[in-house]
Amino acid sequence: MTALLTALGAAAAIIAATSGGAPTAAVSTTLIDAQIVEVYVFLLAAFIGFQIITKVPPLLHTPLMAATNAISAISLVASIVIAGAERPLFINIMGAVAVAAATINVVGGFVITDRMLKMFKKTEGPK
Amino acid sequence: MIDQQIGALFVQVAYIGASAAFILGLRGLTKPDTARRGMQLAAFGMLLAIIGTLLNHEIVSYEFIIIGLVVGSAIGLPMGLLVPMTAMPQRIAISHMFGALAVTLVGIAEFIYTRDSAGGPGVVKMTAIGFETLFGALTITGSFMAFGKLQGFIPGRPITFPGQKLINAAVFFGAVGLYVTLVLTQSGGSTEAGLIMFAVMTVLALVIGVTLVLPIGGADMPVVVSLLNSYAGLAASATGFAIGNNILIVAGALDGASGFILSILMSKAMNRSFANVLFGAFGGEKAAASAKSAEGLTTRSVTPEDAAMRIGYARNVIIVPGYGMAVAQAQHAVRELAELIEKRGGRVRFAIHPVAGRMPGHMNVLLAEANVPYDHLFDLDEINEEFHACDVALVLGANDVTNPAAKSDPGSPIYGMPILNVQDAEQVIVVKRGMATGFAGIENELFYLDKTSMLFGDAKSVLSQVVTEVKGL
Repeated sequence: MTALLTALGAAAAIIAATSGGAPTAAVSTTLIDAQIVEVYVFLLAAFIGFQIITKVPPLLHTPLMAATNAISAISLVASIVIAGAERPLFINIMGAVAVAAATINVVGGFVITDRMLKMFKKTEGPK
Repeated sequence: MIDQQIGALFVQVAYIGASAAFILGLRGLTKPDTARRGMQLAAFGMLLAIIGTLLNHEIVSYEFIIIGLVVGSAIGLPMGLLVPMTAMPQRIAISHMFGALAVTLVGIAEFIYTRDSAGGPGVVKMTAIGFETLFGALTITGSFMAFGKLQGFIPGRPITFPGQKLINAAVFFGAVGLYVTLVLTQSGGSTEAGLIMFAVMTVLALVIGVTLVLPIGGADMPVVVSLLNSYAGLAASATGFAIGNNILIVAGALDGASGFILSILMSKAMNRSFANVLFGAFGGEKAAASAKSAEGLTTRSVTPEDAAMRIGYARNVIIVPGYGMAVAQAQHAVRELAELIEKRGGRVRFAIHPVAGRMPGHMNVLLAEANVPYDHLFDLDEINEEFHACDVALVLGANDVTNPAAKSDPGSPIYGMPILNVQDAEQVIVVKRGMATGFAGIENELFYLDKTSMLFGDAKSVLSQVVTEVKGL
């Protein structure tokens, strides 16, 4: 638990530290730094993911798949930028399709996960 | 200027909050009673990330965003609310397709945009964009194939043809070769060549998705679905690298890790090496070998009345559900039977093999839907030692996962696969539609044991009869 929180804090600190560096940074060294930090973020997130997900009981493996699927629909964030930024029309349209596809997963994924988790009940009351 | 900086800061704070919410939300899933609140937290994190993104200063118009959000919600909400639990494997498979579609479109758009803008994408960014598009595209078609097999409009049996492996290898190395070329030449230079290379690479990746899933049979679907889950996550993570967005990297890595772990668990439960799974070489050869023939052996068939007598007076019953239960939609009848036995003073537990059904955790969800309390559901490791103390083991449409040959016969194709020790029970009742072999194509010795009774018929109607009989005891 404490290890997890430490790792979480470290990841957050790194994300915070990189947030200042816009991708347009002109100096190439900062660009490389930013990319190295991205690798750190990936490794830490994957590490935390492994730690947590190995503890998910087989009982909940189907909700787990539905949930991670909904979470990975975070690509919605990238799709929104492409749909709304100042780019050629056909790229905006591709973005709109991407937004729709990702939204299906965000909305459908969280709703269905909740529907499943709602069903898991313990034996009612002591006998 | 200052306004813009405050805006950017707000976006990043929203993303950090969302990352924390995702991680804590998944942590909630480690226990059934904290799971629901955990996922609500994760959903809140998603909302935060979306709101943060809408404030991004790059966005100049909202029409397309709103159209996408509305269309997506209009499709996603009914899908989430109405899809029946029995169709969950299909629904998970098709959702991997939607996720991959979004990622691939972003990849293609980024490729075209960065080529047209000054300086091109550069080696690092091209690496990420290429990886994203490659994995995204093969996940689109792979997931659609898996969806088709699970839904039944593509034959569930393995589809093979001569020279298949050679063609697969050619397509695979073609796609990877183009990818490497694109990276080394930084998107293929300023000519049309780069665009063509990228287009061909994407098409080849789409073909890989098809050929990857084509030779895989229905019972191997838990591995495929987990693997596609992992690919979809990795592609999302690559998107994060491509556009320099950490929240995508974090969420993609979580998804990738989850799919990877499930793939490993599933392949272990099927006694296959992970390399075997990764290269998609499964499902092919093993049907050929058949260990023991059933000649000279006889089974004992019983009527529902006989079965009801034994089950009704049993003190300790373990039910082993398999894909047959899902096909027959027998989970409600099973729950009714279990409650009846408990009312009569018996104890009922469910033994669930990791690869029972068509996706990880399939049986648990079906039984939970039928209101079986989750503290009655046990994993292989938890319950395997309990079989010798049980009066009746009731096998419902499960086959290979109960075959004792996996332990006793080194010549058997499934030798070494972890199985449920059903043969240790005092009596075994097997509900089955006929004597057809399971997916591995081999005879199950369990069916020929003296203590085993076969109860032939559709699981749902047979169990309903048993329930009626037990009520009358």
